[in-house]
Amino acid sequence: MEFLTEFFRAFFVGGLFCLAGQLLMDVGKFTPAHALSILVCLGSFLGAIGAYPALVRFAGFGAALPISSFGNSLVQGALAGARGGGVLGLFTGILSQVSAGIAAAVLFGFIVALFGKAKL
Amino acid sequence: MKQKSKPQPPAWYNNIIKKHTPPRPLFRNCLAAFLGGGLLCALAQTAHYLLTLGQITDQAASTIVMLSTVALAALFTGLNLYDKAGQCLGAGLAVPISGFANSVAAAMLEHKSEGYVLGSGCNSFKLAGAVVIFGLISAFLFSFAALLLDMI
Repeated sequence: MEFLTEFFRAFFVGGLFCLAGQLLMDVGKFTPAHALSILVCLGSFLGAIGAYPALVRFAGFGAALPISSFGNSLVQGALAGARGGGVLGLFTGILSQVSAGIAAAVLFGFIVALFGKAKL
Repeated sequence: MKQKSKPQPPAWYNNIIKKHTPPRPLFRNCLAAFLGGGLLCALAQTAHYLLTLGQITDQAASTIVMLSTVALAALFTGLNLYDKAGQCLGAGLAVPISGFANSVAAAMLEHKSEGYVLGSGCNSFKLAGAVVIFGLISAFLFSFAALLLDMI
């Protein structure tokens, strides 16, 4: 039962984020790059006011998988750094939590580029 | 200063273009994005749940799910399946973190013919770069503001 609640919360919130992205592209006429940048900035704003971590606790991967969580992770990393080292900590901490995502994207992307065949 | 205005096509021409541009199937696109994106997130949640049944901590399970999502997205990009599914699901596959991985892998693959350094290396963050750069700038500003507000 516990799991079913988690499942549908993740489904619903994750779906809403994707719906927002689709509306930005179709109704707002933004390019995908613009729409994703807007979502990331929204995520970092919600992260700074503390709303995004609450959303992640509620919806799990429904909030953690959309790209807006990238903005949230940047803010949480920066704030965690700032608690230890003030303004310097902002610089050293900001990328700490998104490191896994970026490193994995680059490494697996390179492996795919090595062995994959570009479609013509 | 004399303003140089771009030559505008006449109004009747724009009307013809408007008449013949097919309307975007808004409802269908939105439904596909909601269902596709929601399902992806729910699958990630399921994988996380199954992992935490074992001896793995919550934090480690989250990282594993994130890494596998990225790896699978890169794999499907290499098989040319991600683009095909993306045409159907739209933002449902672009907004989750797998879309980020897809954009990196697709750019590296596409520009491979220009060489690994000048092609794959230089073009890898063509689309994902916007997300990283504006995410970082906004995150810095917001967390700096939060830090200042905390001091007061």
